[in-house]
Amino acid sequence: MKGEVIALNQVSTPMPDTLKKKALKKRGAPFTDFRAHKVYYFMIIPMIIYFVLFSYLPLAGLYNAFTDYDFSKGLLSPFVGLKNFEFLFHGGMDSIIWKLTRNTILYNVAFIVLSNLCQITMAVLLKEVAMKKFVRVSQTLMFMPYFVSMVIIGSIVYNLFNYNYGVFNNIFTSLGFEKFDFYRTTWVWPIIIVVIEIWKGLGYGTVIYLASIMGIDESIYEAAYVDGASKLQRIRHITIPLLKPTIIVLLLFSIGGILRGQFDLFWNIIGNNGLLLTTTDIIDTYVYRALTVNFSINLGTAAGLYQSLFGLALVLTVNAVIRKFDNENSLF
Amino acid sequence: MTHSRPKTKIKRDMGVRVFDFFSIIILSLAALICVIPFIFMLSGSLSSESEVVRNGYSLLPQGFTFEAYRVVFNSLGSTIGRAYLVTMYVTAVGTVLGLLITSMSGYVLSRPDFKHRNKVAFFVYFTTLFSGGMIPTYMVVANVLNLNHSLWAIILPGLLSPFNVFLFRNFIKGIPEALMESSRIDGAGDFRIYWQITLPLTKPAIATIGLFTALAYWNNWFNYSLYLITDKDKWGLQYLLYRMLARVSDAVRDSQIVMVQQMPSETMKLATALLVTGPVLLFYPFAQRYFVSGLVVGSVKG
Repeated sequence: MKGEVIALNQVSTPMPDTLKKKALKKRGAPFTDFRAHKVYYFMIIPMIIYFVLFSYLPLAGLYNAFTDYDFSKGLLSPFVGLKNFEFLFHGGMDSIIWKLTRNTILYNVAFIVLSNLCQITMAVLLKEVAMKKFVRVSQTLMFMPYFVSMVIIGSIVYNLFNYNYGVFNNIFTSLGFEKFDFYRTTWVWPIIIVVIEIWKGLGYGTVIYLASIMGIDESIYEAAYVDGASKLQRIRHITIPLLKPTIIVLLLFSIGGILRGQFDLFWNIIGNNGLLLTTTDIIDTYVYRALTVNFSINLGTAAGLYQSLFGLALVLTVNAVIRKFDNENSLF
Repeated sequence: MTHSRPKTKIKRDMGVRVFDFFSIIILSLAALICVIPFIFMLSGSLSSESEVVRNGYSLLPQGFTFEAYRVVFNSLGSTIGRAYLVTMYVTAVGTVLGLLITSMSGYVLSRPDFKHRNKVAFFVYFTTLFSGGMIPTYMVVANVLNLNHSLWAIILPGLLSPFNVFLFRNFIKGIPEALMESSRIDGAGDFRIYWQITLPLTKPAIATIGLFTALAYWNNWFNYSLYLITDKDKWGLQYLLYRMLARVSDAVRDSQIVMVQQMPSETMKLATALLVTGPVLLFYPFAQRYFVSGLVVGSVKG
């Protein structure tokens, strides 16, 4: 490709000067374009600087995934090649990275499938209920958890499940059952975390799906009504089939981000509670602990790099799948 | 009326009624589940501490009292007040700056006469595909930019998101090009067209992105935990609450020893949590309207 461009430029050199200038203007060589649209460049410079500083400059720090990081030496720390990765991958099925990947993916699959299912159900029901006021009020109430911080959510979870005065233990004792020590039981937390995630995102997702449903041509419903279709039949044969492209595209997109966890959610609910880590540790919480608790910068960076590379591969795969399935909606 | 209708019509009406009945039950349940935890918080914060310690939390306040709020205002009043100011400052500065940069970039990226728009768009998009992640970003902010111990460490990293830039660009693309062309003929420059023609026409997008950004700043605790951990006078609301909660819950999580007397009061924590969330909870029914309309517009691919 590069060779071809050079060749073309060489061919154009013998042109008369006036013609050359015109051609340059037409092609929009960097400098002419800059003079014509100076303002554009000035308007976009802050954004360029932002992304250079906060997205591109950090890429250099990935080098630490291959060093034995020393706080006094920074990027000059001794290079150790793939040793950090060997440590993370050591032990095959018992390795740290396998546990983290398994947890991250399983949580995200549960989040994606169950959240979308609940959101679609709510959107379909909201469309069918004819009472406007009720629709508005219930939609507003469902949106409520979306607006509060994860710190508050963490506090709510704690007040529901703590041993001494948690709501659930309160209910158990009043029903005559033994108290249950949630914060020392590993198996309950995947359920709690998934339920909380569904709860928090319910309003937001419902709105997206409801907007998509509202975009369906109303005359299709009217025709079906005239033909005697019941509400359930209309949902099954009109709403769901016409919603399918939206559902599939949203699902495919979320698969691309399947290795990025909801760090905020996990950290505020579980924190640095060693007892529960077997079922609640995801890549992001591991990296955060590496940075703030264990100070193992090299291992944390290595885990982060693994996450980014795996994520990129997934996005590219998913994009290829979307392109095959529905070219209109592919990302690039 | 009913008796004169044909039989199928009656059946259909019954079906509709049964369906509506169950829809309303399911929707009400979902809505209730979304609100109940907040009711627990509210009633807990209005209960007396001794009742909560004896019976646990409940839906209605036990031994109704404003004691927790009184204690919070007396002992933590100045701390919370300062945290409020920090959070409001960070939210205001970050949102205004973020909106300005996002809208300018979105405008330029939407201009067909900006030659490098596709290259720049990919430059922005690439950041969502591959990133350095948490630790390298921390290193840049703390060691390269030296923003440790400064509120800019909260403000700067949160200014922009690729999603918002593209949302704004897609929104502008919906404005007829003729409008901008005619102002250009009237002699308006690029910046003037952006400022006086485009911005007023993109109010819904501005509102949506502004609300997203403001919400993210208001709810941020994470950046404080990385960059301002030792600067207590610069803690924002959420991080202050995070520290209050973490101290107690870690004690409970790590050992089953119950030290009720020495622990900070449970009702006090709830009162603080509500004070921290208060403005958002009061504000959100209004904000939601913009979220909804903005999201609908933004999700239309441009």
